[in-house]
Amino acid sequence: MELTNLIIWLIPLPPLLAFFFIVLFTNKNNKLSHSIAVGGAGLSFLGAMYVFYQALTTNHFAEHPFGNAITWLNLGDKPFEIGVMIDPLSAIVLFFVAITVLMIFIYSIGYHNYGQPKGDHDKKGFPPHGAAQDGHTVLSIEPMYARFFAFIGLFAFGMFTLVVSDNLLTLFVGWEIMGLCSYLLIGFWFGKDSAKNAAKKAFMTTRVGDVFMLLGISYLFTEAGTLSFKAIFTEEMISHLAHADSYIPGLSVAGLAGILLFIGTVGKSAQFPLHVWLPDAMEGPTPVSAMIHAATMVSAGVYMVIRMFPLLQAGGHGELTTAMTVLAVIGSITALFAATIAVAQNDVKRVLAYSTISQLGFMVAALGIGAYVAAVFHLVTHAFFKALLFLGSGSVIHGMEHGVLHTGNHKVDPQDMYNMGGLSKKMPKTFWTFLIGGFALSGFPLITAGFWSKDEILADAFANGHMGVFWTLAIAAFLTAFYTMRQITLTFLGKARTKEAEHAHETPATMTTPLIVLAIFAIGFGWVGVPEHFPGIGGILPNWFHDFIAHGLPSFIHFETIHFSWTPLITSLVVALGGLLTGWLVYRNATTAENDPIKKLLGPVHTLLKNKYYFDELYDKVLVKPLAVFSEKVVYEFMDRKVIDGFLHKVAELTFSLGTIFREKFDLPVINEFFGDGTAAMTQWFGEKIRKIQSGNIQQYMIIAVLGAFVALFAFWMTLN
Amino acid sequence: MDFILEPLNLVTFFPLVGVLLLLLLKNEQKKIARWVALVTALVTFGISLWVLSMFDASNPGLQFMIEEDWIQVAGWKIKYALGMDGISILLVLLTTFLTPIAILSTWKAIDEKVRDFQLFFLLLEMGMLGVFLAQDLFLFYVFWEFTLVPMYFLIGIWGGEKRMYAAIKFFLYTMAGSILMLLAILWLGIRQGTFFLPELIAKGGIPADVQFWLFLAFAAAFAIKVPMWPLHSWLPDAHVQAPTAGSVILAGVLLKMGTYGFVRFNLPLFPEAAVQLAPTMALLAVIGILYGAAVSYSQTDVKKLVAYSSVSHLGFVILGIFALNEQGIAGGILQMVNHGISTGALFLLIGFIYERRHTRDFDQFGGLWKVVPVYAVITLIVSLSSMGLPGLNGFVGEFAILLGAWGAGTAGGPLGTPLFAAFAAAGVILAAVYILFMFQKMFLGPITVEENKNIKDLNWRELLVIVPLLVFIFWIGLYPKPFFDLIGPSVSHLVEMLPTAVSTVLH
Repeated sequence: MELTNLIIWLIPLPPLLAFFFIVLFTNKNNKLSHSIAVGGAGLSFLGAMYVFYQALTTNHFAEHPFGNAITWLNLGDKPFEIGVMIDPLSAIVLFFVAITVLMIFIYSIGYHNYGQPKGDHDKKGFPPHGAAQDGHTVLSIEPMYARFFAFIGLFAFGMFTLVVSDNLLTLFVGWEIMGLCSYLLIGFWFGKDSAKNAAKKAFMTTRVGDVFMLLGISYLFTEAGTLSFKAIFTEEMISHLAHADSYIPGLSVAGLAGILLFIGTVGKSAQFPLHVWLPDAMEGPTPVSAMIHAATMVSAGVYMVIRMFPLLQAGGHGELTTAMTVLAVIGSITALFAATIAVAQNDVKRVLAYSTISQLGFMVAALGIGAYVAAVFHLVTHAFFKALLFLGSGSVIHGMEHGVLHTGNHKVDPQDMYNMGGLSKKMPKTFWTFLIGGFALSGFPLITAGFWSKDEILADAFANGHMGVFWTLAIAAFLTAFYTMRQITLTFLGKARTKEAEHAHETPATMTTPLIVLAIFAIGFGWVGVPEHFPGIGGILPNWFHDFIAHGLPSFIHFETIHFSWTPLITSLVVALGGLLTGWLVYRNATTAENDPIKKLLGPVHTLLKNKYYFDELYDKVLVKPLAVFSEKVVYEFMDRKVIDGFLHKVAELTFSLGTIFREKFDLPVINEFFGDGTAAMTQWFGEKIRKIQSGNIQQYMIIAVLGAFVALFAFWMTLN
Repeated sequence: MDFILEPLNLVTFFPLVGVLLLLLLKNEQKKIARWVALVTALVTFGISLWVLSMFDASNPGLQFMIEEDWIQVAGWKIKYALGMDGISILLVLLTTFLTPIAILSTWKAIDEKVRDFQLFFLLLEMGMLGVFLAQDLFLFYVFWEFTLVPMYFLIGIWGGEKRMYAAIKFFLYTMAGSILMLLAILWLGIRQGTFFLPELIAKGGIPADVQFWLFLAFAAAFAIKVPMWPLHSWLPDAHVQAPTAGSVILAGVLLKMGTYGFVRFNLPLFPEAAVQLAPTMALLAVIGILYGAAVSYSQTDVKKLVAYSSVSHLGFVILGIFALNEQGIAGGILQMVNHGISTGALFLLIGFIYERRHTRDFDQFGGLWKVVPVYAVITLIVSLSSMGLPGLNGFVGEFAILLGAWGAGTAGGPLGTPLFAAFAAAGVILAAVYILFMFQKMFLGPITVEENKNIKDLNWRELLVIVPLLVFIFWIGLYPKPFFDLIGPSVSHLVEMLPTAVSTVLH
């Protein structure tokens, strides 16, 4: 126990040390830098696996989670403690985070062209452009190779900190550190304007959510007097928070705090309407997209809101609370809305970006209808298969870049799926793993992990009678399968549509090995959560996942075991298989982007989808531009310079004329003649001295001021006596 | 001799030793003048650390008290009284810490009338220390006004193009507020028969309606100094025109004299009025937070941007103070220190780049990360600290203030509504807007100006100046307990004196 607790404290540290080491000492040495970074991630991985193993083998683990705390500061009469805690939820999250992080670190070595020569014209802040070698142009190493590993080290530190935290404050610290790293990594190629702007947009949008979250944290602390999960999630405290009225009529303290915290998730996990940053974030290098925008950071938002579930459900007694309804609505809207946009995208990474938004919506909606275990399950399986897909897409882009360098035609966008086709033969490892990932995302029945988790969400929604959520998610699931197959077909199947695709090349083992490892999880992880009542195969494997996670919830929260029903099962089979099949049928003969079958079918609706419902334009017109104009024209130029300073200058003028009057009518005749010339002479001398370095009449004002003070004082003194 | 060796006398007046030595020099003896000033400031810092080592953090009252009769004529009982408690100790240390850093930053930047410059600088330090330590209202007022003079000359002689306008505006503005405070001080002292602060607090008994006016008179001086909206317009001018070291001390310490004044005088002397006026003060604070942030965003001069951001940040401090509970006030005091460190560091960094490029216009920069990576990374850290990123110092203060403001916002609390906290939080978003805007304009994107291609990165002296500040940015951000332990007991003691309708003790 002592050892385990110590290890939990140590888990986040190796990547942080790696960050400092690389920044301070090894930033000139690429090999040492990536070795340190991967080594750091490896140590954290070992620690995480040790803790996970301990969690699996400890009896009554759910009742007695690991962890301890220290006093961080004394505010008021209560010490403010921070510490670590591993309970079933954080154990499972720690498990998948440690694996995906390590895989992404290894993958980055190949992705950034380690072992390749330096580029001839490569500059810091721009992606590598390739180097001439033996008459060919080959891929060149990333000019800021070491810096990349430093940044992802810091990022991993943030994520591990968030997961092992036993309280909302250190969770928030990890949360914000990731936000910063996301800013630095999206803007990694800072010389590109698009990357620069995407980075700022990501930081700003998530920050909007963060501030609400911070308010939620402050509010919770004010009402509960603590931010420790253990202390908040007691029956007494939850019941207190559920019955105390908040500032908003009809909403309990628990409800308001829950909603405020959830807004943090809306930003971080790119839920509607704060989803706009995630697609742009694809400007970052692909391992970043995989890590930040699939496996870890966006998952952190969902993790936090899952963590706060006892608070969200407080006072509901099995019914949906206001806070849960908010989650269900936002999650469902996001799931469907993002899926529709994904259908109309041609950039291989952007499709995945919208798919991520949509899948996160599934999880949020699941939690909103009380399907706690299903939400966690989908969180874990999604992290595996989406990391796989992103890394796979990176591998595709990498292979395409190879082709682009070969032909030398830099006008061909290596990320546009219409420039691809037939890559399955050129890049078999990438193809098969991508196919597994894609099928898992689509929920291909029985084999893939995505099927089990998505099916459980649908089954829960159906069994509890949330038909609106059920049908929304079912349609979204159909679209998911459809756009996934569209992507696979356009990218890998058929014939190569460009010369570049013909010369695409399989990527090195540092990139394909992580794909294979993740593919194993994208299939296998579903089997730990097969429901007992599933026809045919239910009960063969124990539904370990459900038992493990459900016991992690405080015992006063009860679950109804849901009964098996054919409707949701058939629905999920139909949408998955139907979507995949339609996708293949529609796109198997696609030729160019102009002749996109869906574009022809939908016409202007397609334009709307392609432009993401014009949300960027809307925000720009309604928020960004007006803020800039308002702060410059109204607040600064009008208010500050004209009104406030204008008023001041008027006062100064007035005082000046008053001063002149005083001087002529009072100072000269009274002082000079009354008190003699001594004072005046001295003042004058002093004034002359000062006047050399200034042009104003400061001493005059001072005299007036002091005189005024003495007059007033005299008046007071008189009244007192 | 014993009197001189009293710890607080020593720390306050040691800079005078340097002043005397400097008087023996000529302006041409630049090097010696710089070293004399630096060594003096460092010794002063050492003395303040020695005082810290003797400070008893568990004692909420005034320590190292010096109490001597000073002016006793015609019923006026003015004392020479210095004392230190948890409210002032960090500010004293901040002063003695920032002064040598600021002096070191002038090594190359100030090359004319070096002796005079350093002389004024040490005088300024003495004045500021006196302000934070004086426990007699009259003595306090003397120090308070005294600080104006050296600062006026620092801006007026070594400032930028429009230095005279800025210097006069600074002087008159603060002077105007001070006069009202002087009247209130004299009224209090004469009516209560003493100017000695502990005695005045103990005596109390000022009717609420009189308290109201006295509160406002003191507030006039402090609010201008802070500066609170709408009395802030002297600040951007003063900052833009002041030399780097002047800006550092102005933002780092001088402004804190205003926020400190509220805590030291307004709360304990006029407790009923403080409770009555808390929502008004909080409202002005929140307006300042949003207003300062909005104006910052529209600036094209990076120094002006930071200057306006001070209006925003100090709004947080005022909000914390007038939450009238422990979290708020303690957070406010810590945030004074944080702001001193972060904004001080920002002004230093701006000074470094100004020395290289002689411009502060955003349009003249861009893509600097590639050219000066060390400078860029340090600026990033300081910027993030300024915008309150968790793990760095700014967050701890803001968080405590938000907790305080929420706590005060409960029904029956001094603020009565959580809206103050909510709008202040919006300021946190805006802080990210203008800070990232600044960072992006300066460091990211392509290099657009030819001269920027050959800028040299920071040298050892500059690193020596900036690194100590970074240490505190991380230390306070990661482990703030030692700092709160110093502040805590005195603040608790202060809060107990307030007649807050419903104590905001946590459930």
